Amino acid sequence: MKTFKKIAVMIIAAAMVFGMFTALGTAQTKADEGIVAGLICLHDENSTYDLNFINAFKEACEARGLVEGETYYISTNIPEGQECYEEAMNMVDRGCNVVFADSFGHEDYMIEAAKEAPEVHFCHATGTKAHTENLPNYHNAFASIYEGRFMAGIAAGMKLNEMIAEGKITEEEAKMGYVGAFTYAEVISGYTSFFLGARSVCPSATMEVTFTGSWYDETKEKEGAQMLINDGCVLISQHADSMGAPTACEAAGVPDVSYNGSTIAAAPNTYIISSRINWAPYYTFVMDSIEAGAEIPADWTGTIETESVLLTDLNDAVAAEGTAEAIEEAKAKLLAGELQVFDASTFTVEGAALETYMADVDTDPAYEGDTEVVIDGAFLESNFRSAPYFDLQIDGITLLDTAF
Amino acid sequence: MNRIPLIHISRRKDIVWYKAWLIRIVAIILALVLCGVITMVTTGLNPIKVYAAMIDGTFGTTRRIWMLCQNIAILLCISIALAPAFKMRFWNLGGDGQALMGALGAAAVMILLGDKIPNGLLILIMVVVSIACGAIWAVIPAVFKARWNTNETLFTLMMNYVAIQLVAFFVIVWEVPKGAGKIGIINQNTNAGWFPQVGGSKYLLNIIIVAVLTIAMFIYMKYSKHGYELSVVGESEPTARYVGIKVRKVIIRTMVLSGALCGVAGLLLVGGTDHTLTTTLVSGRGFTGVMVAWLAKFNPIYMVLTSFLIVFLQRGAGEITTAYSLNQSYGDIITGIILFFIIGCEFFLNYKVSFRKSHKEVA
Repeated sequence: MKTFKKIAVMIIAAAMVFGMFTALGTAQTKADEGIVAGLICLHDENSTYDLNFINAFKEACEARGLVEGETYYISTNIPEGQECYEEAMNMVDRGCNVVFADSFGHEDYMIEAAKEAPEVHFCHATGTKAHTENLPNYHNAFASIYEGRFMAGIAAGMKLNEMIAEGKITEEEAKMGYVGAFTYAEVISGYTSFFLGARSVCPSATMEVTFTGSWYDETKEKEGAQMLINDGCVLISQHADSMGAPTACEAAGVPDVSYNGSTIAAAPNTYIISSRINWAPYYTFVMDSIEAGAEIPADWTGTIETESVLLTDLNDAVAAEGTAEAIEEAKAKLLAGELQVFDASTFTVEGAALETYMADVDTDPAYEGDTEVVIDGAFLESNFRSAPYFDLQIDGITLLDTAF
Repeated sequence: MNRIPLIHISRRKDIVWYKAWLIRIVAIILALVLCGVITMVTTGLNPIKVYAAMIDGTFGTTRRIWMLCQNIAILLCISIALAPAFKMRFWNLGGDGQALMGALGAAAVMILLGDKIPNGLLILIMVVVSIACGAIWAVIPAVFKARWNTNETLFTLMMNYVAIQLVAFFVIVWEVPKGAGKIGIINQNTNAGWFPQVGGSKYLLNIIIVAVLTIAMFIYMKYSKHGYELSVVGESEPTARYVGIKVRKVIIRTMVLSGALCGVAGLLLVGGTDHTLTTTLVSGRGFTGVMVAWLAKFNPIYMVLTSFLIVFLQRGAGEITTAYSLNQSYGDIITGIILFFIIGCEFFLNYKVSFRKSHKEVA
């Protein structure tokens, strides 16, 4: 009987505490006093990808006088699961009127949060579903980073040419390596544009690609880069978010075209250049739109023009001579619309020219193509939605493994 | 010189319950003081404000209280699943894998049968499949233990990794879109296989189910013949055999129950709240549940308190890292210190520390 008494006392005490907090628990509202913004990140500052978002978010928030912990919040290490939904709703509870998330797998949970809190805007980078969900407060964004990678690829091609001219390698040995995360469109579009950039200046270039199955796995990325180097790749680039590939390249003395930002500090003797998406223009655009009461489009694609696509820190010590000029020239042509990255005359698929392609723009479990994307002789990337949908295997690129 | 030692440690026979709670409360206060000092020294923040943020992060809004209860419910479900096995001295470290298998079963039914059959039938199949999956994952090491006396600690532990790899495999099979390595929310538009909302909350049904299971487990362990048998097996197998208990049967039966309840936890995660399948879905609750069960001395009712404590610390640590833009490791340090004190105070509950009475006599 004694146990029962104890238990009864404890249950009553617990109920009282619970009741007290329930009474206190009413949602705060700071929203009327201007912008309160939240950012949800998959990893933390140690990931080059997340750091790129965090820096841009801080820059955009501080430019309009927001204060961290009061009018803007950053949550790091939020997995791509229910935790994302919970954190998004937590942001709403903190009084946010706009919540951003940075990882592809956050999308479904952001949609759930958007359904539940219609007064708050939810903006998801790299996602694909906003244009089919038809939620007025849910938005996708991306940037034409394939143009940035194309330009970075030119730097890689110039370096290959230099190595050929110096007699270090033959034309046939101009093989690059690429460490990717997963085998879906965002990564495929990325390495293909990089490759096309390199081949536009070095016609004999080929490339091998390996996948890690993770966005952030330093060991696997390092091993992947090392494997490519052992396989005879003379230049490495990557689309995964740790320092794995750059450090492997530095150790092996193999030039590296980086991503997400400069890695010159860790690899001063091998780093050539990096392309990155600058998210600050998007953050500013969204917050401006909310303040002005203007509509935010379901898809927003940043470009070279909006300064969303940037190349960072060309390393003159490693890059070939004339790289800066070649990139400037390509940039001018891209801006003027004279140059298309996925110009169908510059690549073949299974030996044939690409004349038509139905891309899976409206995501569905069967991956069915639904939209014709080859128009006037070019594959129009990020035109029908912001996130990339180029998922073709073009000739000249060898996939070493496709387990992921 | 034959000196009486300064500190004398002796085993306590019994401790009055209010004294036990006093020791626990003192331990928590000491932990909070130490955390406060560390907070001030390393971050310069006011520790009272930090604690306030932890409380706000857990109880600050109605939604946060719901999430707290939901997280308690899932952790508690796994903890009560582990309790009978541990009481039987069967070290079931496979709670993670068993819950994950339950989740895999439920997700498989949702994906494969999604819109093909009525929702009620679908949910019924999910329940059966996930309970079966969890039970099978637990009964394999149990049979090996009962038949060939294999080491169940290693066996159950390794079964976790097999389960994780199986889930990783099926995530790639069912990924959307191709190559993304993620399933995303299953049946997001049709809601097929999603548990109905009770009382306007997506969490309430889970909480009610776990509350019922907790009470049932309390009664099972304390008042049923099965419960008595498994505690005898735990105390001494020869005694159990001597009094005519079929030890093998008890081991297998208890592990089926343990695994089935872990399967229920996986089911509640997939069908009730998360509606997805990832390798990190259970997020180590199979191991945290061991701590919850031990701290509560395998009493399911006490486990409500211990699981509350663990969830509160996790949630609070998450809040302070965001509110004060600290690194996540800071939250882990705070959680670690508090848990260290709470587990450490068990020593003072089991042993009595007496100091030497008077210095003068010795000198």
